[in-house]
Amino acid sequence: MEDRKMTTTARQLIVNAIENGTVLDHIPSENLFKVVDILNLAESHNQITIGSNLESKSFGRKGIIKIADRYFEDDELNRIALVAPQATINIIKDYKVIEKHKITIPEEVVGIGKCANPMCVTNHQKIATRFKTLVEGDNIKLLCHYCEKTTNIINL
Amino acid sequence: MPKSLISIHDFSKDEMLHILDVASEMEKNKSQKILDGKVVACLFFEPSTRTRLSFETAANRLGARVIGFSDVGNTSISKGESLKDTIKMVSNYVDIIIMRHPLEGAARYASEVCNLPVVNAGDGANQHPSQTLLDMYSIRQSQGRLDGLTINMVGDLKYGRTVHSLLQAMSHFDPSFVFTAPAELQMPVEYKQFLSERGIPYKETTSLNEHLNDCDILYMTRVQQERFSDPMEYEKVKDVYRLDAGMLGGVRSNMKILHPLPRINEIALDVDDTPYAYYFKQAENGMYVRMAIIACLLGYK
Repeated sequence: MEDRKMTTTARQLIVNAIENGTVLDHIPSENLFKVVDILNLAESHNQITIGSNLESKSFGRKGIIKIADRYFEDDELNRIALVAPQATINIIKDYKVIEKHKITIPEEVVGIGKCANPMCVTNHQKIATRFKTLVEGDNIKLLCHYCEKTTNIINL
Repeated sequence: MPKSLISIHDFSKDEMLHILDVASEMEKNKSQKILDGKVVACLFFEPSTRTRLSFETAANRLGARVIGFSDVGNTSISKGESLKDTIKMVSNYVDIIIMRHPLEGAARYASEVCNLPVVNAGDGANQHPSQTLLDMYSIRQSQGRLDGLTINMVGDLKYGRTVHSLLQAMSHFDPSFVFTAPAELQMPVEYKQFLSERGIPYKETTSLNEHLNDCDILYMTRVQQERFSDPMEYEKVKDVYRLDAGMLGGVRSNMKILHPLPRINEIALDVDDTPYAYYFKQAENGMYVRMAIIACLLGYK
Protein backbone atom coordinates (compact mmCIF):
# COMPACT_ATOMS: atom_id res chain seq x y z
CA MET A 1 0.00 0.00 0.00
CA GLU A 2 2.79 2.33 0.96
CA ASP A 3 4.71 1.40 -2.21
CA ARG A 4 1.79 2.15 -4.44
CA LYS A 5 1.36 5.56 -2.91
CA MET A 6 5.02 6.26 -3.56
CA THR A 7 4.78 5.50 -7.28
CA THR A 8 1.60 7.51 -7.61
CA THR A 9 3.32 10.45 -5.99
CA ALA A 10 6.34 10.00 -8.21
CA ARG A 11 4.19 10.03 -11.34
CA GLN A 12 2.30 13.07 -10.18
CA LEU A 13 5.52 14.99 -10.45
CA ILE A 14 5.61 14.34 -14.18
CA VAL A 15 1.97 14.64 -15.13
CA ASN A 16 -0.46 16.05 -12.61
CA ALA A 17 -3.33 13.89 -11.43
CA ILE A 18 -6.85 15.02 -12.20
CA GLU A 19 -9.72 15.01 -9.78
CA ASN A 20 -12.40 13.92 -12.25
CA GLY A 21 -12.22 13.01 -15.90
CA THR A 22 -10.61 10.60 -18.33
CA VAL A 23 -7.01 9.48 -18.65
CA LEU A 24 -5.87 7.90 -21.90
CA ASP A 25 -2.70 5.97 -21.23
CA HIS A 26 -0.30 3.85 -23.31
CA ILE A 27 -0.63 5.89 -26.47
CA PRO A 28 2.35 5.43 -28.81
CA SER A 29 4.28 8.72 -28.57
CA GLU A 30 4.45 9.10 -32.35
CA ASN A 31 0.65 9.01 -32.59
CA LEU A 32 -0.10 11.16 -29.57
CA PHE A 33 -1.13 14.21 -31.56
CA LYS A 34 -3.16 12.10 -33.97
CA VAL A 35 -5.20 11.04 -30.95
CA VAL A 36 -5.56 14.72 -30.01
CA ASP A 37 -6.85 15.39 -33.54
CA ILE A 38 -9.21 12.41 -33.71
CA LEU A 39 -10.83 13.36 -30.40
CA ASN A 40 -10.89 16.98 -31.56
CA LEU A 41 -9.27 18.08 -28.30
CA ALA A 42 -7.95 21.30 -29.82
CA GLU A 43 -11.54 22.59 -29.71
CA SER A 44 -12.11 21.47 -26.13
CA HIS A 45 -12.44 23.96 -23.26
CA ASN A 46 -11.63 21.37 -20.59
CA GLN A 47 -8.35 21.37 -18.76
CA ILE A 48 -6.11 18.96 -20.67
CA THR A 49 -2.65 17.69 -19.79
CA ILE A 50 -0.64 16.02 -22.52
CA GLY A 51 2.54 14.11 -21.81
CA SER A 52 4.79 12.79 -24.54
CA ASN A 53 7.80 10.45 -24.50
CA LEU A 54 7.13 9.35 -20.94
CA GLU A 55 8.91 6.23 -19.77
CA SER A 56 6.86 3.08 -19.77
CA LYS A 57 7.86 -0.36 -18.57
CA SER A 58 6.01 -2.18 -21.31
CA PHE A 59 6.14 0.30 -24.18
CA GLY A 60 9.48 2.05 -23.84
CA ARG A 61 8.08 5.49 -24.52
CA LYS A 62 4.44 6.39 -24.34
CA GLY A 63 2.08 9.30 -24.49
CA ILE A 64 -0.64 10.15 -22.03
CA ILE A 65 -3.61 12.52 -22.17
CA LYS A 66 -5.60 13.61 -19.15
CA ILE A 67 -8.86 15.39 -19.80
CA ALA A 68 -10.46 16.91 -16.71
CA ASP A 69 -14.23 16.79 -16.20
CA ARG A 70 -14.95 14.96 -19.40
CA TYR A 71 -16.23 11.44 -20.01
CA PHE A 72 -16.44 9.96 -23.48
CA GLU A 73 -18.82 7.54 -25.12
CA ASP A 74 -17.19 4.21 -26.03
CA ASP A 75 -17.81 4.86 -29.74
CA GLU A 76 -15.95 8.11 -29.48
CA LEU A 77 -12.92 6.56 -27.81
CA ASN A 78 -12.80 3.50 -30.03
CA ARG A 79 -12.05 5.83 -32.93
CA ILE A 80 -8.50 6.14 -31.60
CA ALA A 81 -8.03 2.36 -31.95
CA LEU A 82 -6.56 2.94 -35.39
CA VAL A 83 -3.59 4.89 -34.06
CA ALA A 84 -3.44 3.62 -30.48
CA PRO A 85 -4.76 0.05 -30.41
CA GLN A 86 -3.04 -0.65 -27.06
CA ALA A 87 -4.38 2.40 -25.27
CA THR A 88 -5.96 2.11 -21.83
CA ILE A 89 -8.86 4.26 -20.73
CA ASN A 90 -9.06 5.24 -17.08
CA ILE A 91 -12.17 6.87 -15.72
CA ILE A 92 -11.25 9.06 -12.77
CA LYS A 93 -13.61 10.19 -10.02
CA ASP A 94 -12.30 11.96 -6.94
CA TYR A 95 -8.67 11.17 -7.89
CA LYS A 96 -9.44 7.42 -8.04
CA VAL A 97 -9.55 5.15 -11.05
CA ILE A 98 -13.10 3.85 -10.88
CA GLU A 99 -13.07 2.12 -14.24
CA LYS A 100 -10.29 0.94 -16.49
CA HIS A 101 -10.63 -0.68 -19.89
CA LYS A 102 -8.92 -1.33 -23.18
CA ILE A 103 -9.79 0.16 -26.53
CA THR A 104 -11.73 -2.10 -28.89
CA ILE A 105 -11.29 -1.80 -32.62
CA PRO A 106 -14.57 -0.61 -34.16
CA GLU A 107 -15.97 -2.45 -37.20
CA GLU A 108 -16.42 0.80 -39.03
CA VAL A 109 -14.80 4.21 -38.74
CA VAL A 110 -16.37 7.37 -40.11
CA GLY A 111 -14.70 10.70 -40.72
CA ILE A 112 -11.17 9.61 -39.78
CA GLY A 113 -8.31 9.24 -42.20
CA LYS A 114 -8.00 9.68 -45.89
CA CYS A 115 -8.44 7.02 -48.56
CA ALA A 116 -5.11 6.19 -50.21
CA ASN A 117 -6.72 5.81 -53.63
CA PRO A 118 -6.25 9.11 -55.52
CA MET A 119 -9.28 8.28 -57.71
CA CYS A 120 -11.57 7.74 -54.74
CA VAL A 121 -14.57 10.06 -54.77
CA THR A 122 -13.85 11.05 -51.14
CA ASN A 123 -10.62 12.72 -52.28
CA HIS A 124 -12.46 14.94 -54.77
CA GLN A 125 -15.82 15.83 -53.23
CA LYS A 126 -16.67 16.98 -49.71
CA ILE A 127 -17.52 13.56 -48.32
CA ALA A 128 -16.73 12.12 -44.87
CA THR A 129 -14.59 9.01 -45.33
CA ARG A 130 -16.03 5.71 -44.19
CA PHE A 131 -14.00 2.53 -43.74
CA LYS A 132 -14.55 -1.01 -42.60
CA THR A 133 -11.65 -2.19 -40.42
CA LEU A 134 -9.89 -5.40 -41.40
CA VAL A 135 -7.71 -6.82 -38.64
CA GLU A 136 -4.91 -9.13 -39.79
CA GLY A 137 -2.82 -10.00 -36.74
CA ASP A 138 -1.30 -6.75 -35.45
CA ASN A 139 -2.04 -4.99 -38.69
CA ILE A 140 -5.23 -3.00 -39.23
CA LYS A 141 -6.32 -2.20 -42.77
CA LEU A 142 -9.15 0.04 -43.85
CA LEU A 143 -11.56 -0.99 -46.59
CA CYS A 144 -13.08 2.10 -48.18
CA HIS A 145 -16.88 2.04 -48.23
CA TYR A 146 -16.85 4.06 -51.45
CA CYS A 147 -14.05 2.93 -53.77
CA GLU A 148 -13.70 -0.55 -52.20
CA LYS A 149 -9.90 -0.27 -52.01
CA THR A 150 -7.89 -0.98 -48.87
CA THR A 151 -5.72 1.62 -47.19
CA ASN A 152 -2.90 0.82 -44.80
CA ILE A 153 -3.26 2.37 -41.41
CA ILE A 154 0.07 4.14 -41.91
CA ASN A 155 -1.61 6.40 -44.45
CA LEU A 156 -3.63 8.04 -41.72
CA MET B 1 -33.64 -7.10 -53.63
CA PRO B 2 -31.27 -4.23 -52.72
CA LYS B 3 -32.51 -0.75 -53.55
CA SER B 4 -29.61 0.04 -55.86
CA LEU B 5 -27.07 -1.81 -57.99
CA ILE B 6 -23.73 -0.30 -57.03
CA SER B 7 -21.36 -3.21 -56.54
CA ILE B 8 -21.70 -6.89 -57.40
CA HIS B 9 -20.98 -7.54 -53.70
CA ASP B 10 -24.36 -6.06 -52.78
CA PHE B 11 -26.16 -8.97 -54.48
CA SER B 12 -26.57 -12.46 -53.10
CA LYS B 13 -26.41 -15.51 -55.32
CA ASP B 14 -30.22 -15.71 -55.42
CA GLU B 15 -30.58 -12.04 -56.31
CA MET B 16 -28.10 -12.41 -59.17
CA LEU B 17 -29.97 -15.47 -60.43
CA HIS B 18 -33.25 -13.58 -60.22
CA ILE B 19 -31.87 -10.83 -62.48
CA LEU B 20 -30.67 -13.49 -64.95
CA ASP B 21 -34.10 -15.14 -64.98
CA VAL B 22 -35.85 -11.84 -65.60
CA ALA B 23 -33.32 -11.09 -68.35
CA SER B 24 -34.17 -14.29 -70.18
CA GLU B 25 -37.83 -13.34 -69.95
CA MET B 26 -36.89 -9.98 -71.51
CA GLU B 27 -35.03 -11.74 -74.30
CA LYS B 28 -38.19 -13.68 -75.18
CA ASN B 29 -40.30 -10.53 -75.18
CA LYS B 30 -38.08 -7.64 -76.21
CA SER B 31 -40.63 -4.85 -75.85
CA GLN B 32 -42.63 -4.70 -72.67
CA LYS B 33 -44.22 -1.38 -71.82
CA ILE B 34 -44.22 -2.09 -68.10
CA LEU B 35 -42.50 1.24 -67.33
CA ASP B 36 -44.88 3.43 -69.31
CA GLY B 37 -44.88 6.90 -67.75
CA LYS B 38 -41.57 6.41 -65.90
CA VAL B 39 -38.54 8.60 -66.51
CA VAL B 40 -34.99 7.21 -66.39
CA ALA B 41 -31.94 9.48 -65.99
CA CYS B 42 -28.75 8.40 -67.77
CA LEU B 43 -25.99 10.55 -66.30
CA PHE B 44 -22.70 9.88 -68.06
CA PHE B 45 -20.00 12.03 -66.47
CA GLU B 46 -17.51 10.19 -68.66
CA PRO B 47 -18.01 9.14 -72.27
CA SER B 48 -19.22 5.64 -73.08
CA THR B 49 -21.00 4.46 -76.20
CA ARG B 50 -21.89 0.86 -75.61
CA THR B 51 -23.01 1.01 -72.01
CA ARG B 52 -24.99 4.22 -72.45
CA LEU B 53 -26.76 3.09 -75.61
CA SER B 54 -27.66 -0.28 -74.15
CA PHE B 55 -29.07 1.26 -70.97
CA GLU B 56 -31.01 3.85 -72.96
CA THR B 57 -32.35 1.22 -75.34
CA ALA B 58 -33.26 -0.98 -72.38
CA ALA B 59 -35.25 1.87 -70.80
CA ASN B 60 -36.97 2.64 -74.12
CA ARG B 61 -37.92 -0.98 -74.69
CA LEU B 62 -39.60 -1.01 -71.29
CA GLY B 63 -41.65 2.03 -72.31
CA ALA B 64 -39.82 4.56 -70.10
CA ARG B 65 -38.55 7.92 -71.24
CA VAL B 66 -34.88 8.82 -70.89
CA ILE B 67 -33.25 12.11 -69.93
CA GLY B 68 -29.59 12.79 -69.21
CA PHE B 69 -26.26 13.78 -70.63
CA SER B 70 -23.34 11.96 -72.18
CA ASP B 71 -20.71 14.61 -71.69
CA VAL B 72 -20.22 17.01 -68.79
CA GLY B 73 -19.10 19.82 -71.11
CA ASN B 74 -22.58 21.31 -71.48
CA THR B 75 -23.71 20.89 -67.89
CA SER B 76 -23.36 22.89 -64.70
CA ILE B 77 -20.76 20.36 -63.55
CA SER B 78 -18.31 22.26 -65.72
CA LYS B 79 -19.24 25.33 -63.62
CA GLY B 80 -18.11 23.46 -60.52
CA GLU B 81 -21.38 22.01 -59.25
CA SER B 82 -20.82 19.23 -56.71
CA LEU B 83 -21.84 15.66 -57.47
CA LYS B 84 -24.24 15.79 -54.56
CA ASP B 85 -26.08 18.82 -55.94
CA THR B 86 -26.31 17.35 -59.44
CA ILE B 87 -27.76 14.09 -58.09
CA LYS B 88 -30.17 15.88 -55.71
CA MET B 89 -31.44 18.05 -58.53
CA VAL B 90 -31.93 15.19 -61.00
CA SER B 91 -33.51 12.96 -58.34
CA ASN B 92 -36.44 15.37 -58.14
CA TYR B 93 -37.25 14.76 -61.79
CA VAL B 94 -36.90 11.03 -62.40
CA ASP B 95 -37.66 7.53 -61.06
CA ILE B 96 -34.25 5.91 -61.32
CA ILE B 97 -30.68 7.13 -61.94
CA ILE B 98 -28.18 5.29 -64.11
CA MET B 99 -24.73 6.83 -63.87
CA ARG B 100 -21.15 6.46 -64.98
CA HIS B 101 -18.47 8.54 -63.30
CA PRO B 102 -14.66 8.56 -63.51
CA LEU B 103 -14.28 8.66 -59.72
CA GLU B 104 -14.37 5.42 -57.76
CA GLY B 105 -17.20 5.27 -55.25
CA ALA B 106 -19.20 8.02 -57.00
CA ALA B 107 -22.24 5.80 -57.55
CA ARG B 108 -22.25 4.60 -53.93
CA TYR B 109 -22.17 8.21 -52.79
CA ALA B 110 -24.96 9.16 -55.20
CA SER B 111 -27.14 6.36 -53.83
CA GLU B 112 -26.67 7.81 -50.35
CA VAL B 113 -27.62 11.38 -51.16
CA CYS B 114 -30.90 10.58 -52.90
CA ASN B 115 -33.86 8.30 -52.25
CA LEU B 116 -34.01 6.76 -55.72
CA PRO B 117 -32.54 3.50 -56.99
CA VAL B 118 -29.11 4.12 -58.53
CA VAL B 119 -27.47 1.86 -61.09
CA ASN B 120 -23.70 2.05 -61.29
CA ALA B 121 -22.78 1.98 -64.98
CA GLY B 122 -19.08 2.16 -64.10
CA ASP B 123 -17.18 4.11 -61.44
CA GLY B 124 -13.61 4.48 -62.65
CA ALA B 125 -11.61 1.28 -62.22
CA ASN B 126 -13.90 0.06 -59.45
CA GLN B 127 -17.20 -1.62 -60.33
CA HIS B 128 -19.35 -2.18 -63.39
CA PRO B 129 -21.93 -4.62 -62.06
CA SER B 130 -24.24 -4.69 -65.09
CA GLN B 131 -21.27 -5.97 -67.11
CA THR B 132 -20.75 -8.75 -64.56
CA LEU B 133 -24.40 -9.77 -64.73
CA LEU B 134 -24.42 -9.81 -68.52
CA ASP B 135 -21.23 -11.90 -68.50
CA MET B 136 -22.92 -14.37 -66.17
CA TYR B 137 -26.02 -14.36 -68.35
CA SER B 138 -23.92 -15.13 -71.42
CA ILE B 139 -22.03 -17.89 -69.64
CA ARG B 140 -25.26 -19.53 -68.50
CA GLN B 141 -26.88 -19.14 -71.90
CA SER B 142 -23.95 -20.58 -73.84
CA GLN B 143 -23.19 -23.45 -71.44
CA GLY B 144 -26.65 -24.24 -70.14
CA ARG B 145 -25.37 -23.85 -66.58
CA LEU B 146 -23.19 -21.72 -64.31
CA ASP B 147 -21.88 -24.49 -62.06
CA GLY B 148 -18.58 -26.32 -62.38
CA LEU B 149 -17.12 -24.45 -65.37
CA THR B 150 -13.48 -23.73 -66.19
CA ILE B 151 -12.99 -20.08 -67.02
CA ASN B 152 -9.78 -18.89 -68.66
CA MET B 153 -9.29 -15.14 -68.19
CA VAL B 154 -6.87 -13.53 -70.61
CA GLY B 155 -5.16 -10.17 -70.91
CA ASP B 156 -5.10 -7.38 -68.38
CA LEU B 157 -5.92 -9.20 -65.17
CA LYS B 158 -4.25 -6.60 -62.99
CA TYR B 159 -6.36 -3.56 -63.79
CA GLY B 160 -9.35 -5.15 -65.54
CA ARG B 161 -12.36 -4.51 -63.32
CA THR B 162 -14.58 -6.84 -65.37
CA VAL B 163 -12.44 -9.89 -64.60
CA HIS B 164 -12.23 -9.05 -60.90
CA SER B 165 -15.99 -8.68 -60.51
CA LEU B 166 -16.70 -11.76 -62.63
CA LEU B 167 -14.27 -13.82 -60.58
CA GLN B 168 -16.06 -12.82 -57.38
CA ALA B 169 -19.54 -13.36 -58.78
CA MET B 170 -18.66 -16.78 -60.25
CA SER B 171 -17.11 -17.88 -56.94
CA HIS B 172 -20.66 -18.92 -55.93
CA PHE B 173 -20.75 -21.54 -58.69
CA ASP B 174 -17.90 -23.96 -58.03
CA PRO B 175 -15.63 -22.78 -60.87
CA SER B 176 -11.99 -23.41 -61.82
CA PHE B 177 -9.95 -20.55 -63.18
CA VAL B 178 -7.00 -20.10 -65.49
CA PHE B 179 -5.28 -16.73 -65.47
CA THR B 180 -3.42 -15.99 -68.69
CA ALA B 181 -1.51 -12.72 -68.45
CA PRO B 182 1.92 -11.20 -69.00
CA ALA B 183 4.04 -10.84 -65.86
CA GLU B 184 3.22 -7.11 -65.60
CA LEU B 185 -0.54 -7.69 -65.66
CA GLN B 186 -1.11 -10.73 -63.45
CA MET B 187 -4.13 -11.27 -61.26
CA PRO B 188 -3.56 -9.33 -57.99
CA VAL B 189 -2.71 -11.32 -54.86
CA GLU B 190 -5.91 -10.32 -53.03
CA TYR B 191 -8.10 -12.05 -55.64
CA LYS B 192 -5.97 -15.20 -55.58
CA GLN B 193 -6.24 -15.15 -51.81
CA PHE B 194 -10.02 -14.73 -52.14
CA LEU B 195 -10.11 -17.93 -54.23
CA SER B 196 -7.76 -19.87 -51.94
CA GLU B 197 -9.91 -19.03 -48.91
CA ARG B 198 -12.87 -20.56 -50.70
CA GLY B 199 -10.98 -23.60 -51.98
CA ILE B 200 -11.46 -22.56 -55.63
CA PRO B 201 -8.64 -23.88 -57.86
CA TYR B 202 -6.74 -21.66 -60.30
CA LYS B 203 -3.74 -21.97 -62.59
CA GLU B 204 -1.57 -19.18 -63.91
CA THR B 205 0.24 -19.02 -67.21
CA THR B 206 1.85 -16.45 -69.47
CA SER B 207 1.08 -18.50 -72.60
CA LEU B 208 -2.27 -18.11 -74.37
CA ASN B 209 -1.86 -21.52 -76.04
CA GLU B 210 -1.31 -23.43 -72.82
CA HIS B 211 -4.91 -23.66 -71.60
CA LEU B 212 -6.95 -22.96 -74.74
CA ASN B 213 -8.01 -26.59 -75.04
CA ASP B 214 -9.15 -27.25 -71.48
CA CYS B 215 -11.52 -24.38 -70.72
CA ASP B 216 -15.26 -23.84 -71.20
CA ILE B 217 -15.11 -20.05 -71.30
CA LEU B 218 -12.28 -18.00 -72.76
CA TYR B 219 -12.76 -14.52 -71.32
CA MET B 220 -10.59 -12.16 -73.36
CA THR B 221 -9.92 -8.58 -72.28
CA ARG B 222 -8.34 -5.57 -73.84
CA VAL B 223 -5.06 -4.28 -72.53
CA GLN B 224 -6.08 -0.68 -71.96
CA GLN B 225 -3.58 1.96 -72.87
CA GLU B 226 -5.04 4.41 -70.34
CA ARG B 227 -4.11 2.08 -67.45
CA PHE B 228 -0.39 2.48 -68.18
CA SER B 229 1.57 5.44 -66.91
CA ASP B 230 4.53 4.41 -69.06
CA PRO B 231 3.73 4.16 -72.81
CA MET B 232 6.75 1.88 -73.30
CA GLU B 233 5.21 -0.69 -70.95
CA TYR B 234 2.04 -0.62 -73.03
CA GLU B 235 3.92 -1.16 -76.30
CA LYS B 236 5.64 -4.18 -74.77
CA VAL B 237 2.47 -6.01 -73.78
CA LYS B 238 -0.26 -4.83 -76.17
CA ASP B 239 0.14 -7.55 -78.80
CA VAL B 240 1.12 -10.42 -76.54
CA TYR B 241 -2.28 -12.10 -76.55
CA ARG B 242 -3.75 -12.19 -79.99
CA LEU B 243 -6.22 -14.95 -80.71
CA ASP B 244 -6.84 -16.14 -84.28
CA ALA B 245 -8.98 -18.91 -85.77
CA GLY B 246 -5.96 -21.12 -86.42
CA MET B 247 -5.35 -21.49 -82.68
CA LEU B 248 -8.81 -22.97 -82.04
CA GLY B 249 -8.29 -26.42 -83.64
CA GLY B 250 -8.24 -28.39 -80.39
CA VAL B 251 -10.68 -26.53 -78.20
CA ARG B 252 -13.67 -28.10 -76.44
CA SER B 253 -16.77 -28.16 -78.63
CA ASN B 254 -18.76 -26.18 -76.06
CA MET B 255 -16.03 -23.55 -75.60
CA LYS B 256 -17.18 -19.94 -76.05
CA ILE B 257 -15.13 -16.76 -76.32
CA LEU B 258 -16.38 -13.75 -74.41
CA HIS B 259 -15.02 -10.20 -74.51
CA PRO B 260 -16.49 -7.09 -72.85
CA LEU B 261 -15.68 -5.12 -76.04
CA PRO B 262 -14.42 -2.95 -77.61
CA ARG B 263 -11.71 -5.24 -78.94
CA ILE B 264 -8.69 -3.72 -80.57
CA ASN B 265 -6.56 -6.51 -81.98
CA GLU B 266 -6.66 -9.21 -79.32
CA ILE B 267 -9.23 -11.22 -81.31
CA ALA B 268 -8.57 -11.54 -85.06
CA LEU B 269 -11.54 -10.99 -87.36
CA ASP B 270 -11.43 -14.60 -88.58
CA VAL B 271 -12.49 -15.76 -85.10
CA ASP B 272 -15.86 -14.02 -85.61
CA ASP B 273 -17.00 -16.75 -88.04
CA THR B 274 -16.10 -19.69 -85.80
CA PRO B 275 -18.77 -21.35 -83.62
CA TYR B 276 -16.76 -20.26 -80.56
CA ALA B 277 -17.26 -16.52 -80.96
CA TYR B 278 -19.90 -15.30 -78.50
CA TYR B 279 -18.90 -11.68 -77.88
CA PHE B 280 -21.47 -10.07 -80.15
CA LYS B 281 -24.25 -12.16 -78.62
CA GLN B 282 -22.81 -11.16 -75.24
CA ALA B 283 -23.12 -7.47 -76.16
CA GLU B 284 -26.72 -8.05 -77.27
CA ASN B 285 -27.42 -9.79 -73.95
CA GLY B 286 -26.32 -6.59 -72.23
CA MET B 287 -29.57 -4.99 -73.28
CA TYR B 288 -31.77 -7.77 -71.83
CA VAL B 289 -29.82 -7.80 -68.59
CA ARG B 290 -30.10 -4.01 -68.30
CA MET B 291 -33.84 -4.22 -68.95
CA ALA B 292 -34.00 -6.74 -66.11
CA ILE B 293 -31.93 -4.54 -63.78
CA ILE B 294 -34.12 -1.48 -64.35
CA ALA B 295 -37.37 -3.47 -64.04
CA CYS B 296 -36.23 -5.25 -60.86
CA LEU B 297 -34.94 -2.12 -59.11
CA LEU B 298 -38.19 -0.30 -59.86
CA GLY B 299 -40.07 -3.21 -58.35
CA TYR B 300 -41.79 -4.43 -61.52
CA LYS B 301 -40.21 -7.92 -61.58
